[in-house]
Parts: sequence; structure tokens; C-alpha cells
Amino acid sequence: MAELNTGGGGGKKGGKVRSKKSNPGVDLTAMVDLAFLLITFFILTTTLSKPQSMDLALPDNTVVPPGESPETPAFRTLTVVLGKNDKLVYYIGLTDNPYMEDGINGKPKLENYGGKGIRKALIAHNKFVMDRVEDPKKQGMTVLIKASKSANYKNLVDILDEMAIVKPFSYSIVDVTPGDLKMLEDNKIK
Amino acid sequence: MANVKTSKKSTRIDMTAMCDVAFLLLSFFIMTATSKVPEPKPVDTPASTIEAKLPERNLLTITVGDSAVYLGISEREIRKSALEAMSLKYDIAFTPQEIEEFSLLDSFGVPLEELKSLLALKNSERNKPGTQVGIPYKGDISENELSYWVYYANAAVIMEQQAKGVEKIKEIEIAIKGGSKEKYPVVKNIFDILQKQNMNDFYLVTSLRDEDF
Repeated sequence: MAELNTGGGGGKKGGKVRSKKSNPGVDLTAMVDLAFLLITFFILTTTLSKPQSMDLALPDNTVVPPGESPETPAFRTLTVVLGKNDKLVYYIGLTDNPYMEDGINGKPKLENYGGKGIRKALIAHNKFVMDRVEDPKKQGMTVLIKASKSANYKNLVDILDEMAIVKPFSYSIVDVTPGDLKMLEDNKIK
Repeated sequence: MANVKTSKKSTRIDMTAMCDVAFLLLSFFIMTATSKVPEPKPVDTPASTIEAKLPERNLLTITVGDSAVYLGISEREIRKSALEAMSLKYDIAFTPQEIEEFSLLDSFGVPLEELKSLLALKNSERNKPGTQVGIPYKGDISENELSYWVYYANAAVIMEQQAKGVEKIKEIEIAIKGGSKEKYPVVKNIFDILQKQNMNDFYLVTSLRDEDF
């Protein structure tokens, strides 16, 4: 079986030289241990090294003639402006005229990324919009992501990650306007 | 006294078969494992919760690190066709050996006129920091080297499928691998170059987010 050494040494008794019935098996336990360790290592490294990715679809860059773009009620739009130092500003409605009805304070607010920050506002407003639209399958919250020059790539991925978690009706990445930049300046994150 | 002999049975099991299986699996995993390709610029990708996998075929990876851009094309044949088209476009001739050498390059980031000297280098010297300065991408978004590389790589992918008689022709898949600290305008510039060519759909390479986000 799995043995090689069958108690040797004491064979001199009686003067007769007996040919020992030696067991040709080797102890394979350690070898099997090693093999499985290596297997585990290779399984883990092959599956974990495959890079993760997120899908990003940007809108077609063909210019829509004025007047033909769909109109969305102000309360359905939430704009997120990404500033420096991993901070952002969000507001509901128009840049110079935030939405201030139905108990919603749409004024620009300074916020952090992540579950304790912007996500709460996104989830709350998404629910607010969903309760008020006629057909939740065809209408809903639109999030406009405006990244300023001082934002970094991580901030963009973070906010896209929020979109994947909150699942608003639609979202898009758009250019910043002077009004948004002023907002960042007011909050000292320009 | 009656000698009751308790037969001394060995508690050991025959490990031979187990060992065989273990090594068979081990060799399988070693052979299927793809070795990590050395990159001219290793970047620290931002974390995300989305766990989509990257496509493996016809993939163009645009790596953005320290405001420099590096390209990786997944198929050797596409690399060759793209380089041939680029050499015609910029009027820089490459020898067949150089084209062959280029087709072995997984990722590169030098202006086209410096590509010859990069190919002349030894494999181990190419990925030293500072050797590859990045592909020029500034200026007009439809008239720079990066946009032409993307354009010709895509054209090569489409031509290859046409030659094979594939019915549903798919465009090249684009993955953007950016460093966390990269400034947004740099990334935006890459987005603009791609959007100019009507490539509105791409992958952002991320790493797995482990902590509670």
C-alpha cells in the first residue's frame, strides 16, 4: 500500500538471511497535499485575474435639432456635478431654478460618494419620481452626470457604480455649464 | 493463554489514484492559465461593484496612465493589418520582420515614428518605465494617431469577418483601462475620439470593490 519502510535492522537473528518482503509503496500523502495546494492556487489566480469591467453606453453624438429633443418635467431630473477632493454637488430641476415644490428642496447640496452619501439622495428621489409618474415603465428619474475638470476618473466610475446600484430610469454623462461651475465654487470644490 | 491475534490492519489509504487525479487537474490548470502579460504602464483601476467580464476576442484595450495612452490589440492578425494601414497613412515603411515582431507585442505606447526603435529593443527592455511615452492623442479628435489606430484596428476586424463570410459583422470591442487618479478631461478626450467614430459603447476596466461601498 502506501508504505516503503517495513521495520528493518533486526534481521540478523537466527543467522538465516531472510529476504524481506518489502512493500514497494511510497507515502503519497505529502505529494497529494502539495498537488492540491497548487491546484487551489491556480484555480484562484485564473478566475480572479480576469479583469472586471462595466459597460458604458454614451449617447450618439449626432446633434439633435433644437425643439426635437424630448422635454422632461423639471422634478424628474437630478443633476450630479463632480468636483475635486472626492466631493460632489447635486440638485433637482434646472441649474438656475431648482425644483422647490411638493416638499422637495432641490437646492444644490454638497455630498460625498458612496452608500452614506449621494446614494441616499438618489434612492429617495427615485422613489419620489416613481410615485408621481403615470407609467413607471416609460418614465422616471433622469440623472445627469456632469464631471468638471477637477474630477478624476475614479469619481466617474464611482458615480456610474451608483447608477448601477440605484438603477434610475435613465442617466447620461453631459458637459458642465458655467452655472454648475459656479455651484462648485460656492461649495469650494471647484 | 490463548493468543488472540488482533490483525494489525493498516489505517493508510492508497493515495496513488488521488495523486494521479490531483496532478492531472494541476497540469490542466497550468496549461489553461494565461500568464500575466507585462504592460508598458501598470495602472491602478478604480473599483466597482459591477462584475461584467471583458470579451476576449476582438478587443482593443486603451490604457490611460499618467495622461499617456497605450494600446493593446487582442489578435495578432489585427495587429498586423492595423500596423500596415498605419504605415501607409503616415508613410513610414516597416520591414516584414518588424511587422512580425509587432504582432507579438501585446501592448505598446509610442508614437509611430518611434515604433521602429521600440521594436529593435529586447523584450525585457521594452517595458522599462520611461521607454514608452504614450501614443499621441491630443489635437483634433479625428486627426491624431490614437484615432487612426482605433479606426484601422476596427477596419481590420470588420475586414477579417467579411473575409470569413460572417453574417452578423460586429465592430471591435473597446475597453478603457484608466488609472484612478486620472483627471477627467484626459478620459473625456478619449471618449470624444471614440464617439467621433460612432463608437458609443465600451467597457471600463475596473477592479472588484471589496469594502462596503
